[in-house]
Amino acid sequence: MDSTAITTGTEEKTWGGGNQPFKASYGKMMMWFFIMSDALTFSGFLAAYGFSRFKFIESWPIADEVFTHIPFYHGDPQPMIYVAFMTFILIMSSVTMVLAVDAGHKMQQNKVAWYMFLTIIGGAIFVGSQAWEWATFIKGDFGAVETRGGQILQFVDNEGKRVALADFTTASETERTAHERKNGLWFRDEGTLPTYTMADVKAGFLANDDVLIRTQVINEEGEKTVLTRAESMKKIEEGVMTVEGANLVHNEYGSRLFADFFFFITGFHGFHVFSGVLINLIIFFNVIIGTYEKRGHYEMVEKVGLYWHFVDLVWVFVFTFFYLV
Amino acid sequence: MSEHANNMHDHDHDDHGHHHKETFITKYIFSQDHKMIAKQYLITGIIMGIIGIGMSLLMRLQIAYPGEPSAIMEFFLGRWAEDGIMDPNIYLALVTIHGTIMVFFVLTAGLSGTFSNLLIPLQIGARDMASGFLNMISYWLFFTSSVIMVASFFVAKGPAAAGWTVYPPLSALEEAQGGSGLGMTLWLVSMAIFIASSLLGSLNYIVTVLNLRTKGMSMTRLPLTIWAFFVTAIIGVVSFPVLLSAALLLIMDRSFGTSFFLSDIFLKGEVLHYQGGSPVLFEHLFWFLGHPEVYIVLLPALGITSEIISTNSRKPIFGYRAMVASILAIAFLSTIVWGHHMFISGMNPFLGSVFTFTTLLIAIPSAVKAFNYITTLWKGNLQMNPGMLFSIGLVSTFITGGLTGIILGDSALDINVHDTYFVVAHFHLVMGISALYGLFAGVYHWFPKMFGRMMNKNMGYVHFWTTAIAAYGVFFPMHFIGMAGLPRRYYENTAFPLFDDLQDVNVIITMFAIFGGLFQLVFLFNFVHSIFYGKRTVQNPWRSNTLEWTAPIEHMHGNWPGAIPHVYRWAYDYSKPGHDQDFVPQNIPLKDGEEELQH
Repeated sequence: MDSTAITTGTEEKTWGGGNQPFKASYGKMMMWFFIMSDALTFSGFLAAYGFSRFKFIESWPIADEVFTHIPFYHGDPQPMIYVAFMTFILIMSSVTMVLAVDAGHKMQQNKVAWYMFLTIIGGAIFVGSQAWEWATFIKGDFGAVETRGGQILQFVDNEGKRVALADFTTASETERTAHERKNGLWFRDEGTLPTYTMADVKAGFLANDDVLIRTQVINEEGEKTVLTRAESMKKIEEGVMTVEGANLVHNEYGSRLFADFFFFITGFHGFHVFSGVLINLIIFFNVIIGTYEKRGHYEMVEKVGLYWHFVDLVWVFVFTFFYLV
Repeated sequence: MSEHANNMHDHDHDDHGHHHKETFITKYIFSQDHKMIAKQYLITGIIMGIIGIGMSLLMRLQIAYPGEPSAIMEFFLGRWAEDGIMDPNIYLALVTIHGTIMVFFVLTAGLSGTFSNLLIPLQIGARDMASGFLNMISYWLFFTSSVIMVASFFVAKGPAAAGWTVYPPLSALEEAQGGSGLGMTLWLVSMAIFIASSLLGSLNYIVTVLNLRTKGMSMTRLPLTIWAFFVTAIIGVVSFPVLLSAALLLIMDRSFGTSFFLSDIFLKGEVLHYQGGSPVLFEHLFWFLGHPEVYIVLLPALGITSEIISTNSRKPIFGYRAMVASILAIAFLSTIVWGHHMFISGMNPFLGSVFTFTTLLIAIPSAVKAFNYITTLWKGNLQMNPGMLFSIGLVSTFITGGLTGIILGDSALDINVHDTYFVVAHFHLVMGISALYGLFAGVYHWFPKMFGRMMNKNMGYVHFWTTAIAAYGVFFPMHFIGMAGLPRRYYENTAFPLFDDLQDVNVIITMFAIFGGLFQLVFLFNFVHSIFYGKRTVQNPWRSNTLEWTAPIEHMHGNWPGAIPHVYRWAYDYSKPGHDQDFVPQNIPLKDGEEELQH
């Protein structure tokens, strides 16, 4: 507004006016602060998870016994392999994202498109893997019995190897009809009946002398406590229902909060990955049609890149807290 | 890397203010102009304020005259007050929605939303917010959440009634009470949208302050209003998402059968399936937002007050850097004190003493602010206009309410008065009335900037003095009935002979409340009337230093015709020796040999 040059000494300083103290455009700053906010949402969830897990530290399910499956493989349990694969894919997608951003700096349209494409594929594989992980978790493994107090009783043989309900139980020929719409009982919907009734399991258990009960309680060796046959005979009387698989209300692996938090936090994270894939797709098409080439810079790629790295970082925490520790 | 970033920052380019074709819709409804959005926030906030204050009056009537049929109840509450007697459930609903509306919709969005939007671009010298589009979305999300919150009053079983803190299991089990059904669902939906709105708003405020300051506007030359809005936005970005976590987990418990916050519950003789969860977990998550929220409400009011007191004392603000430091200290401390709301929740008593310690630390920066206000007023050339009166009123209630805060922050003392009217008196004075005074002060002070006209001064005086008398009349006696043990949130206290003696006090409080409520109509009339018929303002009616008064009275997109003014000095050069006038606006270059004040 006035032509005489008057310097006041602060104009060129980092925090002075008329510049960008973090050398980032407002859009990138917004993404950073959004990430900060979203990080706190996840922190809220993980803190709640820690709070609840600590409350049941004596009986929390052991992750290595829960997540042991690999697609198309039916041998011995293989903990960690599958989730390691998922994590690897997600981290690789972060690498391709870095390459996309780098190519963007160099204004190499084709390279940006190619790396964005790889990132999208990585994200899609991750989300798909998670769907399989969920499905396996929901389907369950060996089956268990739940007591009136909500404790989970699992079954093992003399050597401590897990025994599935099917191994010692035969479903009785009762006329059990699920109360479902398709059976004309339209007024209530109770979901599918478990394969075995509690009476079936009890009968099978009493008939097989070598089956023992394993409780939720973790002993000094860090393993679940196995009861003697005599104790098991007493314990089975407490059972009220059979549980197969895990859902938000029952969980054959132990504390239902384990399943609640697993579904919620991985679900919330999965939703972030899913939205990330969608956003990446939009950016991908914009790269292809040359929007950013015309604009003269690929900053949008950088912004979604920030988000994508953040989502990966969150997974590292989720992975650590659910699978590793 | 950043040279291509954006050129909004280029101060020499003038075409930002070029004229788009504006229709009624783009100018008044889906406006992306920060000044219009500020007005939208203010008017929505005032409407919500009327609803919130109206609810408190109904509550006061009930407390003063329990069991007495009244036509007023029947008129306002309809089927919730058959034969003029309020349904107990609706009393709880009124407590809940009054708290929610006043805290979030009036004093968070109404206060921060209005003045951050109006003042940040104008005072830092920017054409507009960083993203006008997100700013518009932010307002409309706020509007939507307001509508949903008010709409919850019209569902069959009534609105949420679990208190504004919505503790489970009351909030988690649909069968728990009437308001736990659809009413609570609407509450949660409304709050989720509100959080999104607040997030978008805050992101805008933060990056605008960081990136869009005009040349010369260093962080140490920012007016204290901007510092307050900036830090408030950061607290919001940090704490609101944790409320979102709590709300989402609560929704899961309510609708999908999870047990995050629920355990071992019998309802109507039946065992529910929930096992293992903990309601205390919800309290932790909630108060991690809940306490910073107090400062989200209060800091903007303190910022507004700093500006108005300095301007109207015609003196530089005392201890500018101390003021900034205390804002930052309060912001930091606010995130580590949430446990003082939970002293009787069954939390570990040792943790209680830790939270007592951190809580009492907040007294230090708060006292710094209070003393700085008083020192700024000291020997000033006081201009007693309504904005100034409300600012001084704020200092008064901030001290009164702050002193009881020291009592409540100490677990040993708090346990005795927990959940009594003592607490009600404390937080209403220190954050409710204080922030409301800040809001009023801001409206009186910046009304000319918003609407180009002055508000009527005499009506302003009437409004201030009646409000001040009513506020102390209502809340001062509450300390005593609280210490006498009267519990808060009770529908009536007639079942306890112990409290019979307190009934007269309750009647007096209600009288003051009605008195105060009625005189808010003076403000309302003054506000609406002045928009259309107020005296036209001069360019700089308060002879203030900040940049917004250099912008033309008539609003224009882009704020300044021509170049944005540069800044050469801090905002508080009042009564500086060597100048003809007792104020030197920030855009006036230093004279030869003039030194910038070492503040």
